[in-house]
Amino acid sequence: MPFIELRDVSLRYDNGYLAVEGVNLSIEEGEFVALVGPSGCGKSTLLRVISGLRPPSAGQATVRGQPVGSTPVNIGMAFQNPTLMPWRTVLQNILLPLEVSPKHKQRYRQNPKPYVEAARELMASVGLSGFENAHVWELSGGMQQRASLCRALIHQPEILMLDEPFSALDAFTREELWQAMQVLYLNRRPTVILVTHDLREAVYLSDTIYTMSSRPGRIAHVRRVEFPRPRALELTYQDDFAHIVRELRKQIGGMRSQITGLKGVGA
Amino acid sequence: MNPRQKDVLVAALAAVGLFVLWEIAVRLFKIPPFVLPSPSQAIQSLLPVWGVVMGHAWQTLWTTLAGFGLAVVTGVLLGAAVGTSRPLNLALYPILVGFNSVPKAALVPVLVIWFGIGTIPAILTAFLISFFPIVVNVATGLAAVPPELREVLKVLGSSRLEAFTRVSIPFSMPYFFASLKVAITLAFVGAVISEIAASQKGIGYMMTSASSQFNVPLVFGGLLVIAVMGILLYAVFALLERRLVGWAYRSQNA
Repeated sequence: MPFIELRDVSLRYDNGYLAVEGVNLSIEEGEFVALVGPSGCGKSTLLRVISGLRPPSAGQATVRGQPVGSTPVNIGMAFQNPTLMPWRTVLQNILLPLEVSPKHKQRYRQNPKPYVEAARELMASVGLSGFENAHVWELSGGMQQRASLCRALIHQPEILMLDEPFSALDAFTREELWQAMQVLYLNRRPTVILVTHDLREAVYLSDTIYTMSSRPGRIAHVRRVEFPRPRALELTYQDDFAHIVRELRKQIGGMRSQITGLKGVGA
Repeated sequence: MNPRQKDVLVAALAAVGLFVLWEIAVRLFKIPPFVLPSPSQAIQSLLPVWGVVMGHAWQTLWTTLAGFGLAVVTGVLLGAAVGTSRPLNLALYPILVGFNSVPKAALVPVLVIWFGIGTIPAILTAFLISFFPIVVNVATGLAAVPPELREVLKVLGSSRLEAFTRVSIPFSMPYFFASLKVAITLAFVGAVISEIAASQKGIGYMMTSASSQFNVPLVFGGLLVIAVMGILLYAVFALLERRLVGWAYRSQNA
């Protein structure tokens, strides 16, 4: 039985706009999945369906065979915007999920020490040691995003949802964070769903890449990536890596030309 | 001298400069004191009656604070209602805007009919004139909470109350404190308006009775007393704001 399964999921917004239609997905426990596609293809909408923030209009979304929302699942989320809280220090921001997660809050309140220790370790693993008591605005964008990833992971989530978390960063910082993300993934092995526009990012990080078509969003193409982990950044310059990126680019180019009426320029 | 002290010095010099200009203008153009007294004349007029003035000042201060206190409680409750519930927002906002457009001076006679001359109309006028900015700011602050911040908590399985106390309240605090600074000065205006119209106590009353005796320097003395109290209370709330929500103003301190 797959860990996360979507069967014929469609989602129509209140204004009648059909965001995704007939999506079928199955994700294994511990799998790293990327959703790519042209903008407006409903990638983020799918994340919201799986996390239970939006019930599907048709079809079924299940986690461990149970409909989403019927049983509590530990989920961590990180967005393009780090969404840290400026009134808290970095460490307090990272510890936030423990104050509200039903699974942890009791234990955390009685004995916060091991959790604080875990937060420090997590921070160390992404290179944030020494910034525990810093204020959010003292951190660069890349460091804020690292802290946001730590916050998404502190409560040991089974599922990690990443909605373009690296897209607002400069190219060098982004590649550093890919590596940090890989370390975090290999340490914990959560099931990860990454929404991204960056095809190199998708290929570097994922086991499976789902390419979506737009308006309404459908799964158009599934690509397995078999490179062994840990993957070196060097890999992204090799031919077999570039080959996969090109293949995905072609898929998306084809879909875009359908929309715009242009021949896929440069794709 | 640190930058903070420099800021204070600039503000103090500007105020002193204004008084010096005023003093010079009055002397230079030989303006008679019953038209425009110089600041020194205004201050001199206060000295012989200092004890009485302080009694009136105390009356104005506490009625202002009582009205302001009511405004804070009402403003926060109404602001929370309007800022978190769309139906309440739709229902209450037009009424509040309409009410705020009514000149509060026009309400004083009505309050006097209901409650008699004296302290209660002053408190109520201070309250009525100062609660609106608090409502608007609290509502705006609550409505401006980024949806992602709420989603983070919701996905974690937090209750609505937990999300409210951990995200919505701290996020809207800077808006709340900004409105307090506006509201406290408005509350002074309200209290003094009511004292001028219908009271036998307070700086407003003192000014009316002084002007009926053509004691214009004392009228201006009263204005100075109100201005000083306004600045002091504003400073108290500005300081509280810096202490409690300094994170929202980091660019100035960092």
